[in-house]
Amino acid sequence: MSNKEQFLVKSEPFYQAQGREVSLYEAAYAARLPVMVKGPTGCGKSRFVEYMAWKLGKPLVSVACNEDMTASDLVGRWLLDAGGTRWQDGPLTTAARIGAICYLDEVVEARQDTTVVIHPLTDHRRTLPLDKKGEVIEAHPDFQLVISYNPGYQSLMKDLKQSTKQRFTAFDFDYPEAALEARIVATETGIDEATAARLIQVAQAARNLKGHGLDEGISTRLVVYAASLMRRGVAANDACRMAMARPITDDADIRATLDSAIDSVFG
Amino acid sequence: MPIGLKPVADARSRQFDDPRLQEAWQGLDCGFAAVADVFADCAREALGALTASQFAAYIEAARGLGKLGRGAEPMLVFLQEWPAVVGAVRGDALAPVLDLVRAMQKSPNGGAIAGFLQTLAPVARRLQAIEQLELYLDLVRDLMQRTSTSIHGRHITFPSPSLPVFCRQAPQLLGLLSLGGLRNWADYGIRSHATHPERQEEYFALQSADSRAILQRERHGTLFADVERKLELWLRALWREGEMLVPYSTAFDEIRQPMPYWDSQGMRVPDVLDDALRPGGRVSGLDRYRAVLAHMAGHRRWSSPQIADNWSPFQRMAVEFFEDCRVDLLLVRDYPGLRRILLALHPHPAAAGCDPETTSCLRHRLAMISRAILDPDHGYLEPVLLDYVGRFHALLAEGPSSTAEVAALALSWVAKTRRQSDQFAKIHFTDTVIDYRDDNRQLWRFIEEGDEEEAFDEPRRRSPAEEPAALPPRRYPEWDYRSQSYRPDWASVYEALHPSGNAADIDRLLARHAVLAKRLKRLLDILKPQDKVRVRYQEEGSELDLDVALRSLIDYRSGSMPDPRINMSHTTAGRNIAVMVLLDLSESLNNRVAGGGQTVLELSREAVSLLAWAIDRLGDPCAIAGFHSNTRHEVRFQHIKGFSEFWDDAVKGRVAAMQAGWSTRIGAALRHAGHYLAARKADKRILLLLTDGEPSDVDVDDGAYLRADAKRAVDELSAKGLTTFCLSLDPKADEYVSEIFGQRWRVLDRIERLPEQLPMVYLNLTR
Repeated sequence: MSNKEQFLVKSEPFYQAQGREVSLYEAAYAARLPVMVKGPTGCGKSRFVEYMAWKLGKPLVSVACNEDMTASDLVGRWLLDAGGTRWQDGPLTTAARIGAICYLDEVVEARQDTTVVIHPLTDHRRTLPLDKKGEVIEAHPDFQLVISYNPGYQSLMKDLKQSTKQRFTAFDFDYPEAALEARIVATETGIDEATAARLIQVAQAARNLKGHGLDEGISTRLVVYAASLMRRGVAANDACRMAMARPITDDADIRATLDSAIDSVFG
Repeated sequence: MPIGLKPVADARSRQFDDPRLQEAWQGLDCGFAAVADVFADCAREALGALTASQFAAYIEAARGLGKLGRGAEPMLVFLQEWPAVVGAVRGDALAPVLDLVRAMQKSPNGGAIAGFLQTLAPVARRLQAIEQLELYLDLVRDLMQRTSTSIHGRHITFPSPSLPVFCRQAPQLLGLLSLGGLRNWADYGIRSHATHPERQEEYFALQSADSRAILQRERHGTLFADVERKLELWLRALWREGEMLVPYSTAFDEIRQPMPYWDSQGMRVPDVLDDALRPGGRVSGLDRYRAVLAHMAGHRRWSSPQIADNWSPFQRMAVEFFEDCRVDLLLVRDYPGLRRILLALHPHPAAAGCDPETTSCLRHRLAMISRAILDPDHGYLEPVLLDYVGRFHALLAEGPSSTAEVAALALSWVAKTRRQSDQFAKIHFTDTVIDYRDDNRQLWRFIEEGDEEEAFDEPRRRSPAEEPAALPPRRYPEWDYRSQSYRPDWASVYEALHPSGNAADIDRLLARHAVLAKRLKRLLDILKPQDKVRVRYQEEGSELDLDVALRSLIDYRSGSMPDPRINMSHTTAGRNIAVMVLLDLSESLNNRVAGGGQTVLELSREAVSLLAWAIDRLGDPCAIAGFHSNTRHEVRFQHIKGFSEFWDDAVKGRVAAMQAGWSTRIGAALRHAGHYLAARKADKRILLLLTDGEPSDVDVDDGAYLRADAKRAVDELSAKGLTTFCLSLDPKADEYVSEIFGQRWRVLDRIERLPEQLPMVYLNLTR
C-alpha cells in the first residue's frame, strides 16, 4: 500500500540510548500498550519515537497538537466536493487503518475534550468509533498510540486528565548527564568533545535557573544548534548567544546572566 | 588707661626674620595674636604653592577676612587652607570664593563663613577641577538663599539652619556622591524641610531616615539593589547557590571598611561597588560583585573548616591566603572567563616594594605569592617563591586537593620565609588588599573559647519579643511633581479589619430598595455569562455545519449563489472580572445632602450595600475597603469585605458600622488597594474609587502635590494592568478629576440618587 510507504522512516536516525528505554519500548510495543513519553523540550522525545519506528520497521504518523485542534482534526471530517459530501480520514484514523504508530506530539497543547477521542483506542477495545460517519474502525493489529508531553509547563490550565493519563505506560526523559550529552552533541554535529562539554556547561547554567525566571532550561536541541554554528566557523560566544541565550528569554536580567555565564565559560 | 576697655595685645608689631614674610605681615594689617603665631608657617607654604601675584591676592583676601568683624577664625582658616585648595583644583578660584563670602557676610549667615572655608580644601581635593568647585560654590549659595528665611516682610532675618551642617558634611558626601547627586540630595532636603528648621538640620546632618534613603539613591557606582536579581540568577546559574544575598552599608563606616562574608543568614556583600580602574584593566561594578560572589561560592564548594587553636595568627593568615588562591585557581579552571576579572582586581605588588629592615613584610610576601600562583606572567624571580608556586601547582595538578593539604603547604612556607621583622608594628599594606575575597570566618573552628576580651560571635541574648498589637504599617513612596521623583517610604498605611455593627440594618436598607433590587435583578440575569456558545455561519471553523452545508449545496446545484459560511465553531462567553471598591471615608462624608435629611455617608452605605449585593449575584469576585488619613504617618486602610468573603452578615455588619473622619490621601490608598487587586488572577481587574472630593491632607498645603501623586498612583496601577475608575460625588470635580483619572471617571451630581446609580454604573462598565 503506497499510503503506508510514505509514513515509513527511511534511514536510521541517530539516537543515543540513556538507559534501557529501547528494550522497554520494544516490550511495550509487543504487547501493543500505549506509550507516553514525558520530558522537557528538546531532550530527544521525538527523536526516540522516530528511532523506535525505524527499528521496528513500522510507519509513523506524527501529529503536532495545538490549541485550535479539535476532535475532527484527529478523526476526520466531512468535506464537500462536486458529488456532494465526502469523508476525509484524519491522521488518527489513518494510523488505525494502516497499522502505524500514531505519535501525538505535545498532546497537552490540545484541549482536554479533544484528547478524549483517543480513549477507545487506548484500552482493551482498540476501536475508533466515527460517530459522524456511523462507522466503527477496528484498529489494525500493528497500530500503537504514542503521546509526548512536557510536564514542566507552568500553566495550570494545561494538564492531562487522569482518565487519559491512566491509559498509558510512560517513560520519563530528561537531559542526559553531562558527558553523555557532550558525546551526543559531538556525534550530531562533529565538533570536538571538549568544546561540546563547554557548551553543556553553559546549558546547565541555564537549567539551574529553571523556575527562577526561566520556564525551561537550554535544551540539547539548542546546544546542537550552537555547535552547528560553531562548525560553520562562528565564534563560540556569538554562537552561544545566538543559539542558546537569545531564544529562551526576553528577560534582561536573565539574558545578562546567561551572557555572563557564556563569557565565564569561554573566556 | 580708659576705664571699661580691656587691654588687647596688638600683634601688628610682631617681627619676622624673612623680609618677604615681614612685608606680607605688614600688608595683612592684623592684630590677632593667634594669627601671628601660625603666620610664618602658612605664608611659607603659600609662597611655595602660589605665584607672586597669587600670593599678593591671597594676603589681600586674608586681610579682608580679618576685617569682617567675626574674629580671627575666618582669616586663620583661610590662611591655613587656601594653598591646599589652589593645589587641589590647579587653578585660581579666589574671586568666586570671595564673592560667596561677601554674600554670606551681607546675609544673616555670616557665622557660617569659617565653617565654609574650613572644609573648602577637602572638598577641592574631591572635586579636583576649578569648574567643579565653582559648581559647588553655586550649590552652597543656592542652599543659603533658599533656606534663609524671614518671618515678617521680605527681608531675610534668620540664618540658614542647614548651611553650617552642610558645609561640615560636604567632604564626606562628595566621597559618596557625584556633584550632581549632591545637588539632588540637597535639593530634596531644601524642598521637603524648608519650613521646619530642626528637621532641616537633621536632614543635612544625615540623621533622618529620608536623608539616608535619598543619599543611597543618588550614590555613584553599581547599587546592589539595582543588580540584586542579576546576581541571584548568576549565583544560581553558575553555582547552584540559592543563598540569600544581604547587603551591608559602606556609606557610614569610615574607619574600618567591612569585608564580604557569609554565615547562616546569607552572603553579605557591599551595598554599592564602584567600577574599579586597576592597572590590569577596568572592571565594572557588576563584575566586581560577581567576583565577590564567585569567590564565596568557591569557598562554600571546596573549603572545609580547620581547627585554628594551635596556629598562630601569622600561620592562619598564610593559610587563608593559600586557601584563597586554591579557590581562585579552581574557579578559573571551571570558568576561564573569570581569570581576566580576578587578575584585574588582584594587586600586583612590586617585588621591592617593602623594606624588611623596618617594616613587617608578611602581607607583602603573601600578596606576591598569591599573585604568582594566579598569574603565570608574574615576573617575580625570588627562588623560594617560585619553588612554592611550583609545589602549589603540583598539589592541584591532580584534582581540587583539599584545605588541609594547602594548609600544610602554607605552614611550611611560613616556617621557610619567617623574618624577625614580621613582628614589627609597622605593617606594609600597600597593594596587599585583595578586595573581592571574603574575611574567611567560615574557615576556622575554635575548640576552646578565645581569651580575647570582645567575643563578637557569642550569641546575643534576646528579650522575648512582644506580640505586635496590630499589623505593622506598609510604607509607600509618594510622587513629588516638583522634583519629578519619588519620596521614599513616605506614607505609612495601617490596615485593619473594619469594626462590626448590626447586620440587620443593612438588610432593612436593602428591603427599602426592593423595587430597585428587582430592576437590577433583571439586568443581572442578562449579564450572567452562559459558558459555551456555538458560533454558526463561519467561513472557517472547527466543524462543518451539516445543515448549512447541505443548504449551500442545494443552492449551488440549483444554480444560485451558495453561502460559503458553512462551518461553525465554539467559543466560551465567560465573565472574568475582579473588582475592588475603595471608599473614601473622610470627614466630609458627614455633611448632609442639600435638600435631604441624609448624610453622604448614609447614602454611600446604601449604595455600597446595593452594589455589593449586585456583584455578589453576578458572581464577580469583589472586595470592599475604606480609607482615610491623618497626615502621611497615619493612613488607615480598613477592610470591609475580602475577595473570598461572601456577602453575609459579617460583611453587612462592617458596612453598617462605617464611620467617617479625617482626610483623603488618595495616592497611598490606591497603591495599597492595587497591591491586593494585582494579586487576583482575572482578565479584567477594576479598582472602583468612590470619593466626595479632591485629595487633601492636613500636612500638605499644596493641593497639586497630592493630585499629582494620585495621578502617579493611577499610572502605576494601569502599568500593572489594573483599571482605575473614579466615581466622584463632588459637583466641582470636573476641575481636577480628569487630571488624575484621565477618561475614567464619572461625576454623580444627584447624590440622593447614589444608591440606584452606583450599581448601574458598575453594570454598565462591565457589560
